[in-house]
Amino acid sequence: MDDVYILGIETSCDETAAAVVRNGREILSNVIYSQIETHTIYGGVVPEIASRKHIEAVVPVVREAISQASMKIEDISAVAVTYGPGLVGPLLVGVSYAKAYAYGCGKPLIGVHHIEGHIAANYLDNKELKPPFMCLIVSGGHTHLVNVKDYGAYEILGRTMDDAAGEAYDKVARAIGLGYPGGPKIDRAAKEGDPEAIAFPRAHVDGDEYDFSFSGLKSAVLNYLNSCEMKGEEINTADVAASFQAAVVDVLVGNSMKAADTYGVRKFAIAGGVASNSALRKAMEDACKERGILFYRPSPILCTDNGAMIASAGYYEYMKGNLAELTLNAVPNLKLSGSV
Amino acid sequence: MNILAIDSSGLAASAAVLSDDTVKAEFSVCNKLTHSETLMPMIDEVIKASGLMLSDMDAIAVTEGPGSFTGLRIGSATAKGLAEAIDKPVIGVPTVDALAQNMAGFDGNIVPLMDARRNETYTGIYTFKKDELAILREQCAVPLTDILEDAVQRNERTVFLGDGVRVFEEQIRDYCHIPYTFAPASLRLQRASSVAVLAERYYERGQYKDAAEYSPIYLRVSQAERERAEAERVKEKQDEKPE
Repeated sequence: MDDVYILGIETSCDETAAAVVRNGREILSNVIYSQIETHTIYGGVVPEIASRKHIEAVVPVVREAISQASMKIEDISAVAVTYGPGLVGPLLVGVSYAKAYAYGCGKPLIGVHHIEGHIAANYLDNKELKPPFMCLIVSGGHTHLVNVKDYGAYEILGRTMDDAAGEAYDKVARAIGLGYPGGPKIDRAAKEGDPEAIAFPRAHVDGDEYDFSFSGLKSAVLNYLNSCEMKGEEINTADVAASFQAAVVDVLVGNSMKAADTYGVRKFAIAGGVASNSALRKAMEDACKERGILFYRPSPILCTDNGAMIASAGYYEYMKGNLAELTLNAVPNLKLSGSV
Repeated sequence: MNILAIDSSGLAASAAVLSDDTVKAEFSVCNKLTHSETLMPMIDEVIKASGLMLSDMDAIAVTEGPGSFTGLRIGSATAKGLAEAIDKPVIGVPTVDALAQNMAGFDGNIVPLMDARRNETYTGIYTFKKDELAILREQCAVPLTDILEDAVQRNERTVFLGDGVRVFEEQIRDYCHIPYTFAPASLRLQRASSVAVLAERYYERGQYKDAAEYSPIYLRVSQAERERAEAERVKEKQDEKPE
């Protein structure tokens, strides 16, 4: 069979990204233009500014992805684009551009679910990984525990009831003066701190044993900071960061391993921006090793939003003949397709 | 020369193919469906109906703004994608100018009014001199009274058009003591054929851009930027105050 080359385009948040991937597994180019500096002064992503930046960046980023792959557009088999979930303005830029570009080039169009993309990031770094496996997706906008039954077939076991894990990181980082983005900054600060210094709560959701909740933990951190201030006690930022991170990691690993035990999985993967967190990687790897479960994680660059993961997920949709129409719209709260 | 023109800056969406001074096909809708879903199928339809191919186009024209931020994003991302695919330039046409072009042949002043929310309108003042659109006041975002005052002072026969006509009709009636009319429904909203006519002139003057260089004109910063600038102004004022 001929090689399949997918151009993947991702603009669901604050990264304008495009990539070319061969046969769903081999990255030929992976161009990411991050707007993070623009949003840092606002303490988080401003959707309108992000949308305007995507408009400026989308053409150069896609051009660069094709040229770094040493290809011409004629060589591309199909164009894949993230159509949700995410911020509607940013999503619309990618979707509108991809539709027009694919139409103009006479190429098939594939709509990709952002979470499906994050899961697929594991296929790029672990050529031998194939479904079934279990995957924990953790990022600034998502916290999902998913049973990957087959390519494009998912069973959602648990999700966050309130804040995403990455969101909690951002809010706590702001409260202890570390700034945006919270994930990497808390991770770094935590290395100097004692994870057992403060006993923050490990929240469990009643009823759904695999669901997550982080707003209680976030409030507990804020309450702790408040009470220190009232008592005139000095706050040890490193200890707060380490103790907060330990609580997040405990819950993520705890729920994941409970599900892994119940379902008797043999392979476990993590994905999403928070999957590059060093404490989570280590704790998950140790827990998997203890149980004899094979552990997979993407390299840090593939944990962030990128076009390669969209191209990889798009490849499997393409092979199943799941093509999108010209009416494809951005869906900010898109449910995971193919889920059962 | 052949131009594909598109507009999704306001309530209506529109696409047209202009070929050697003939509108080969035009398609406009105003049906509350999202532009994201309707625009590309419409483009596909007008291209087919024109009897030409997308690759026959010399440029892609688009209303560059002002307009709904979401609409401008869809229009400009679509124009960029099409232009990039066929390796042709993008021509941006100011939205208010394109609206004024609808009234070609009108003897008097033309005042497009787009509902810009926040008690403002995207507007301008135009007239036709020897079949050419002449700009008397460039497109801008101002309170309605500002533009009405200006229009009344010029004391010419005036036509109002745009989606703002419905929104501001009562205020216009109260305020305007000059002879005026409202454009008929057929000419009231943005039309891609008018965008194409202006785009052809821009193209001849070399006013076009590479798809990578093209960006819409919003006439307004985002809310976050506005609030930040406001906070800084307040802070500066406080700093200026003597102790």
